[in-house]
Amino acid sequence: MTAVRVAVFASRVRADEKRIMEALGRHGLRYEHVDTRAYWSFAGEPRPPWSIVLNREIAHTRAVYAARMLEALGGTVVNSAAATETCGDKWRTSLALRAAGLPTPRTALGLTPDAALAALEAIGYPAVVKPLVGSWGRLVTRVQDGHMAATVMEYLDVLPAPQSRIVYVQELVDKPGRDIRVIVVGGEAVGATYRHGDQWRTNVARGAESRPCPLTADLAGLAVRAAAAVGADVAGVDLVESGDGELFVLEVNHGVEFSGFQRAVGDRVDVAGRIAGHVAALAERAAAATDAPDAGDAAPAAWAGA
Amino acid sequence: MASCPECEGTVVLTEPPQASEIVECSECMAELEVVTAEPLTLAPAPEVEEDWGE
Repeated sequence: MTAVRVAVFASRVRADEKRIMEALGRHGLRYEHVDTRAYWSFAGEPRPPWSIVLNREIAHTRAVYAARMLEALGGTVVNSAAATETCGDKWRTSLALRAAGLPTPRTALGLTPDAALAALEAIGYPAVVKPLVGSWGRLVTRVQDGHMAATVMEYLDVLPAPQSRIVYVQELVDKPGRDIRVIVVGGEAVGATYRHGDQWRTNVARGAESRPCPLTADLAGLAVRAAAAVGADVAGVDLVESGDGELFVLEVNHGVEFSGFQRAVGDRVDVAGRIAGHVAALAERAAAATDAPDAGDAAPAAWAGA
Repeated sequence: MASCPECEGTVVLTEPPQASEIVECSECMAELEVVTAEPLTLAPAPEVEEDWGE
């Protein structure tokens, strides 16, 4: 069978990327790490040497353009450019979740800070203001009342980036001091963790602690549907429970970080192994298509957009 | 083994390094990026940017 070459695109090799690369090796895949900071290609140039690219770029803008570049050459990128764009933009994620009929908190987008203030009045307080792009809970602000909201909007109004003045606002779900992370790979939920924190923001990046969470059928089903709604093969789905136990999908992360998750679940789940296994399955498909009698000298299926 | 570009302390890694990996200087606790693994060269790690994340 034709050897399929795999690339891991990343500018920052963290423990997660090292685990994934080790797991790719265990699956017998020939892979190379590509530092996105040094990558470039001509528009319309011949296909690159990799059949599958696992996009682990930490910078969202660079991740989107990397995926777009590679897909323009006919390639398979995990996650796809469309999924990366959707997940990286909270408004687009909300629209995708709503379109799929999934439960998600009441959300609005104000095209100016003043408009967002009006939207917040409609949502009611306390509420949450989030940057459209960003992660790790950064700049996510809980606004208690109209006075505080007006001040937050004043700050947003003087930020230089036009996108900063498009304001995403959301009802606050009164969660029980924790949220839930479910990791989905290849359409299957592989495990779940609670994320407990002292702050109202329960991001692991903000010091929240991951603890094991039973992966119920409800959680798994909701997470798989959320990942499908945004088109993500590999996803970290964040869910939150309301006071009466109702589950809401908050967001879907395309470049899931799993060190805290892995510590919490121990040997029961091998996240890196599952991701590598998914890449291996895609690589097998690409190789089989290349080896097919009528494949001739055509591009591997992955690069032919199959 | 390499010199820390921040404090000039000696950085010793317990596992084979990999290019683009982030390591920490045990003397000044600076985050450092492995520029080349062989020979080991280190540079201050890039600052977190606004669009970084999951």
